[in-house]
Amino acid sequence: MGEPVKTIWKVTRKNVAEAMNKSERLDGRKPFEARPIEITFGVSNKAEGSVKVKMGRTEVVCGIKMNTQEPYTDHENEGTLTTSMELLPLSSPNFEYGQPTIEAVEIGRVVDRGVRESRFVDFEKLCIKPGEKVWGINVDMAVLNEDGNLIDAGALAAILALMTARFPEYDEKTGVIKFGEFTDKKLPLKIENMPLTTTCFKIGDKLFIDPTREEEDTTEGRITIEITKPEKEEMITAMQKGGDATFTQEEVMKMVEEAVKNFKKLRTLVDEEVSKFEKSAKKSKK
Amino acid sequence: MKERKNNMTDKSLYTKRFDGRKLDELRPISAKIGVVPNADGSALFVQGDTIAIAAVYGPKTLNPKHMQNPEKGVVRVHYNMLSFSVGERIRPGVSRRSQEISKVTEWALSPVVMLEELPGTVIDVHINILQANAGTRCAGINAASMALAHAGVPMKELVSAIAMGKMDKTIVADVDKEEEDYDDGEGATDMPMAYLANSGKISLLQLDGRVQVDKFKEAIEAGREACKKIAELQMKTLKEYK
Repeated sequence: MGEPVKTIWKVTRKNVAEAMNKSERLDGRKPFEARPIEITFGVSNKAEGSVKVKMGRTEVVCGIKMNTQEPYTDHENEGTLTTSMELLPLSSPNFEYGQPTIEAVEIGRVVDRGVRESRFVDFEKLCIKPGEKVWGINVDMAVLNEDGNLIDAGALAAILALMTARFPEYDEKTGVIKFGEFTDKKLPLKIENMPLTTTCFKIGDKLFIDPTREEEDTTEGRITIEITKPEKEEMITAMQKGGDATFTQEEVMKMVEEAVKNFKKLRTLVDEEVSKFEKSAKKSKK
Repeated sequence: MKERKNNMTDKSLYTKRFDGRKLDELRPISAKIGVVPNADGSALFVQGDTIAIAAVYGPKTLNPKHMQNPEKGVVRVHYNMLSFSVGERIRPGVSRRSQEISKVTEWALSPVVMLEELPGTVIDVHINILQANAGTRCAGINAASMALAHAGVPMKELVSAIAMGKMDKTIVADVDKEEEDYDDGEGATDMPMAYLANSGKISLLQLDGRVQVDKFKEAIEAGREACKKIAELQMKTLKEYK
């Protein structure tokens, strides 16, 4: 696929749209076929948890940093979570330095919403002393190479980083965190609530997932769907429509159906990768 | 019909609404056109205790020039909650939340504006929330849609928005703050959505909470009906305006 450029050529958009109209894609994929995903844990040994997710040519890293802080007044016995996305100028000619753009803000907020609303994190277990001190989890994502579908790549990276993060050493008497020294203690996560994200895009009347940059530049709209499966039945835990397109009720339901299908694939991937990580972590301990 | 093994689990804990409304009943709604004399178009939309004012300036030349799109015009939305519109004062100015709501509101309104007729221009839509009791982005969209019509911007149809909700297992229309904080059973799920009034297409859709796929389908169908009631009021108010 060609390098992403600031304004893609009209002819590229035309080619993408014409192919999509025949339910074909320029890279030969089917509409609901995702690019291969590669996962690398431990991209920073300073972070409490970190991972790189590669989806085709898109690369996103996510690191977890923990700190202690005062709780919010309306949630005195709960820890906190903040999520951010940095669209690094090194990753694309389309990104520039300065205040976070609305694209970055939106990705941070959509990923945050899925993690929070699915009840994946047990916030009460992050409480050290009610009303005084709680753990804060910072989920920071950054793009290393941009080729479309940043929401899904970021959301997956966030889940994997949270799953593999370990608390740093913490001295309860002095309240000092020994950064860089890690315990074996995992974050209090409710694995059964794990949210996984699929964004469906639309060109003309065709729906598809996991766009490259030139495909994403050709679309007029998308709906991000975050699925969780706390018990037997899948549930939608967050949604966000983006772009100027409009959708019929049938299109929305089709997208939900595809998001549920993709959830199952992603769930298998996460389980496999995390258990591989845990095995290798055990080995290196010995 | 399939027999269900455990009828108890299908019963919702939320059978009566806190304020006594029927499940599909909206809060009292009212609207007014021309509330900001300086603006090219303006409207006020009241939905229960939530009050939104929208003002439209434009279409006008977009500056700086490099921001212009030579093929079509742009809708630019600024959503803002006034500091005293909620219980605990909010810091005035732009927040991550307001940035996101501005953007999704742009996406909700742009499809009905004939932007291809207005190349190189911008339509500024300013939405301010005077009083907030949930559903502010929806009230903002309802007001803005009318303000665009009042400004004489070429439009294909109106946009109407509603916050649908699921309280435990019950789908309700037009969630208020008390319901938004509902915590029993499956808790509260918030589903703001906007429909184009005639074609019935969805131009805003957000969700947070936890909802089963079939319940979600029920919610978007009920949302369409709720939006029809909003559209009726919008149309009536616009027609009666002199």
